[in-house]
Amino acid sequence: MTDLTQQQVRERIATRLASRHRKEKLFRGLGIASIAFGILAVVVLFTDIISKGASAFVQTQIQLQVNYDPAELGIDKVDSESLAWANFDGVIRNALRERFPDVSGRSEKRELYSLVSSGAGFDLRERLENNPQLLGQSETIWVNADDDVDTYVKSLSKSKEGFLGRTSEQKAGWINALRDSGEMEKRFNKTFFTNGDSREPEQAGIRAALVGSLFTLLVTLALSFPIGVAAAIYLEEFAPKNRWTDLIEVNINNLAAVPSIVFGLLGLAIFINFFELPRSAPLVGGLVLTLMTLPTIIISSRASLKSVPPSIREAAMGMGASRMQVVLHHVLPLAMPGMLTGAIIGMAQALGETAPLLMIGMVAFIVDVPHGVTDPSTVLPVQIFLWADSPERAFVERTSAAIMVLLAVLITMNTCAVWLRKKLERRW
Amino acid sequence: MNTMTLNAGPAVATGDATAEQNFVKTRAENIKTVGTPFCDDAKLRMRNVNVFYGETQAIHDVSLDIGRNEVVAMIGPSGCGKSTFLRCLNRMNDTIEGCRVEGELSLDGDAIYGPKVDVVPLRARVGMVFQKPNPFPKSIYENVAYGPKIHGIASRRAELDEIVENSLRRAGLWNEVKDRLDKPGTGLSGGQQQRLCIARAIAVSPEVILMDEPCSALDPIATARIEELIDELRANYTIAIVTHSMQQAARVSQRTAYFHLGKLVEVNDTETVFTNPEHELTEAYITGRFG
Repeated sequence: MTDLTQQQVRERIATRLASRHRKEKLFRGLGIASIAFGILAVVVLFTDIISKGASAFVQTQIQLQVNYDPAELGIDKVDSESLAWANFDGVIRNALRERFPDVSGRSEKRELYSLVSSGAGFDLRERLENNPQLLGQSETIWVNADDDVDTYVKSLSKSKEGFLGRTSEQKAGWINALRDSGEMEKRFNKTFFTNGDSREPEQAGIRAALVGSLFTLLVTLALSFPIGVAAAIYLEEFAPKNRWTDLIEVNINNLAAVPSIVFGLLGLAIFINFFELPRSAPLVGGLVLTLMTLPTIIISSRASLKSVPPSIREAAMGMGASRMQVVLHHVLPLAMPGMLTGAIIGMAQALGETAPLLMIGMVAFIVDVPHGVTDPSTVLPVQIFLWADSPERAFVERTSAAIMVLLAVLITMNTCAVWLRKKLERRW
Repeated sequence: MNTMTLNAGPAVATGDATAEQNFVKTRAENIKTVGTPFCDDAKLRMRNVNVFYGETQAIHDVSLDIGRNEVVAMIGPSGCGKSTFLRCLNRMNDTIEGCRVEGELSLDGDAIYGPKVDVVPLRARVGMVFQKPNPFPKSIYENVAYGPKIHGIASRRAELDEIVENSLRRAGLWNEVKDRLDKPGTGLSGGQQQRLCIARAIAVSPEVILMDEPCSALDPIATARIEELIDELRANYTIAIVTHSMQQAARVSQRTAYFHLGKLVEVNDTETVFTNPEHELTEAYITGRFG
């Protein structure tokens, strides 16, 4: 070994210094660049979705002077039986003819009637059902316009001519007349949040999918959290460390990597074909998603159990606490925030899952809002898939709007996870 | 060779590293415990204790008695097995994977190891204080009340309050914390935390308290406070303490056991060990020739 003078050592350090600093800057720059790329991707995604979907939260509506004429309706009293076959469409047609008295001829009239959504009759029926005294009276009410009208009106705000599509010039004339007189305007789209799916875009809503998702997630949470936590506690705190537990651990990790559609096939084969549970039901969906989220919850729960300092376990054990008391009194409270975070992230994953649910029939066209876990229903991501597949132009914005709702739910769940973690975390 | 190195003691002390290692190695091969490992009124009796971690043997054939109301200090270089030995006394080694204990260990004549022995009541009788203060992340009150609660010692709230107060008083912590019993135990200073751990241990009225280097994470003032406390506790409890500080062993204990490479080398009155050790390894250790 050669002896270096202090001077020589300092010179050698100085020559390397510049390159060391350069590397550090490069490293920092790379980090910033990747974060910037991530943020850019998120911004692009959100602007795209919001710009496409925001218009779905408003819906073109038409103001009509309707007359609940018993003769036209064909009923003389308001009860459920007569309401069932009352001719509300006739009332709407009358109202339209009165507004545009100079329209004549079959095809022209049909064109006129198609201004209003085919679901408008149901709105009237509901209105009359809740206010029976309206029978024989007139009132001014707003009804949804047809989706072609809606598309045209919304396109007017983007370009002057607008997108006519299937709308005829004549119809466009009526629409403009109504717009000029203030009898047609874009109003908040309540239908989107109160209805289930529909073939008619203006009547389609996400309520059924949202409730279906909620039921599915409830089943998933109720099953996967207790099972996952119990499995994690057993493996981490009680199980002997031997070849069998190693095998189990490897398999849990493998299970986390299994493509989700495989779980769907499994659910189809076991829950539907063997146990004969109902198709398209949140119960089956929840069971399948439980299988899918279990590995995630077990792995994150084990990680949070591992992070509890051993000194706490020793302290409790040294006091004569039994193993179960050590776990319940000391380890679990400390591991709980991590476990909850893991569970919520697992739930968020389950909420966005589509493929396995297609296999068990949750892709069916279901109009009714489910009332229980065995009712046929669909879920948000599947609803998005179905709408994205629909040819009507008005479904494009609804698809994006449904994505916005799904993202809002996901962001809420993740915020909850962060908040819970902050709230429950204890220092030791 | 043996005697040669022994005789060359002073020369070794001046820094011949290999000769030093040889000395320790050769002397450690055939160790027979010297001194007075047994006593008439033994609280804890250990006979021919061997401890294995998997294939490696950590404790070799150790026999020792710990007398009633006596403080026994266990000293020795790092890795000599003194902590392992201490943890056998309340079966804290059970949790370590692959740890096996052989030999006879008994507390007041009751076997410590055995298929029928339940560790829960055993650990209530043999409390433990650890190297790093480890209060539960709960309130000071909850920390002390935990033991009495899980063992169902107190039947009423007032009784529990009394146990908590008495334990904290005995641990010399009452005056410092009486106004903030509901504050987290982890918010106390290191020394206070360790005294809280002692209070927690004595709350279940154990017969023996094991202390595994209780002062190694504390400053000298906190250490002095704990040492005083150990002296006071001796009136009611039997104490076994592992320490790295020979001064501490000298200050708090009546008897001192010197461990070397898993073997018990010498047990004697503390004064004898530090002034006139019987075994040359003990002498080498306490004079600072290795450790």
